[in-house]
Amino acid sequence: MIQTDILIIGAGPTGLFAVFEAGLLQLKCHLIDALPQPGGQCAEIYPKKPIYDIPGFPEVLAGDLVENLMKQIEPFQPGFTLGERADTIEKLDDGTFIVTTNKGTQHKAPIVAIAGGLGSFEPRKPLLENLGKFEDNGVAYMIKDPEVYRDKKVVIAGGGDSALDWSIFLADVASEVTLVHRRNEFRGALDSVEKVQQLKNKGKINLITPGEIVALHGEAQLESVLVRKKTTAVEDIKLEVDHFIPLFGLSPKLGPIGDWGLEIEKNAIKVNTFDYQTNVPGIYAIGDINTYPGKLKLILCGFHEATLMCQSAYQRIFPDKKYVMKYTTVGGVSGFDGSKKEAPKAVVKAIE
Amino acid sequence: MDIKIKITDREGVTHEVEAPTDMNMNLMEVVRAYELAPEGTIGVCGGMAMCASCQCYVKSDHELPEMSDDEDAMLAEAFNVEDNSRLGCQIHMTEELDGLEVELAPES
Repeated sequence: MIQTDILIIGAGPTGLFAVFEAGLLQLKCHLIDALPQPGGQCAEIYPKKPIYDIPGFPEVLAGDLVENLMKQIEPFQPGFTLGERADTIEKLDDGTFIVTTNKGTQHKAPIVAIAGGLGSFEPRKPLLENLGKFEDNGVAYMIKDPEVYRDKKVVIAGGGDSALDWSIFLADVASEVTLVHRRNEFRGALDSVEKVQQLKNKGKINLITPGEIVALHGEAQLESVLVRKKTTAVEDIKLEVDHFIPLFGLSPKLGPIGDWGLEIEKNAIKVNTFDYQTNVPGIYAIGDINTYPGKLKLILCGFHEATLMCQSAYQRIFPDKKYVMKYTTVGGVSGFDGSKKEAPKAVVKAIE
Repeated sequence: MDIKIKITDREGVTHEVEAPTDMNMNLMEVVRAYELAPEGTIGVCGGMAMCASCQCYVKSDHELPEMSDDEDAMLAEAFNVEDNSRLGCQIHMTEELDGLEVELAPES
């Protein structure tokens, strides 16, 4: 079981900065995120887009902001559980919480700070009848173990990078790879597009564009899909396949957090504006995932909320300790790794 | 000046609303300002043409700004796409759009 002082759910900018503010108070943090890398939306949706309203940065790319935050919190040695979604929470008699992910990883902490942004990113599912029936019976939205597809017939749908990259990868693994996309044009890195073109010319990828999967067939296991090719004349093609992998990107959903007994309003968690605590004492919500009168979903507001949350968390963990906030300019930054950053000392010396 | 636009929400109810043309607003933001779709179900990516949660069907024959590559590519991956589909976040409120009629696409 992973143990920490503040368990942060969501490794976006707000969650990451909370590690820094907690570290100044000598509190340790661990972060859980459903995405495989830290940074949240900044890393997943718009790493190359500039942000203009981070105080002190006239312009910063979202990806660079994440990189800077990671560097800033490094001395505080945060732990990460990535690629797993926080699913359930349990409050123990001593007031601490146990949060378990969808993969069964357990985390114990006296404080839980939900910095979940828009929620966890879930694959977008095509609107097909009996799709649910074939999930894990031939239909998968993510490729976890490519060996599953060895010598199998696979159809991939989608027009972005992941559809292109996996088609290329599986061309050498599967016995047959078909890529179906609604348009003739693909949106992806130039070399991926060119590589798919080469593999198509070599007959290693069967490309159907513009087309769409319109039906799934099979008993218990997926056996075939119906592809509707939308050239001048509409043509329906029955394709025998073992696997169908729709890759239509990710969309954020509030998900299981919505069932944690927290007050929800407008798809967000209600908090007070004193310390951003929810209706459950010890559970806080900061950043885009919370709501209160006047709420603005801005990174800079998330930073502020994270800071106040940490002060309150400290008092909850150490109710009897006296503490006053210290400026980093005065106190410096002492990392858990033994590193120490501080302002250079002025010297007192006579000039002769 | 303010323009009038008709927005049919996901429940099928049509709302006639006034939208300012001098606030650098787009259609997605107008929908959010009038709370015609629940928060968290529209404008998820903030207006970067990256999520299609503001997809709408254009019902009137207004001449709209041409689609950017980003919008075009996003609509190629979105669901429930029709020939008159556009992303609300890419339609800026201008005087020429007075009388515009749109319908919000289903949530997906």
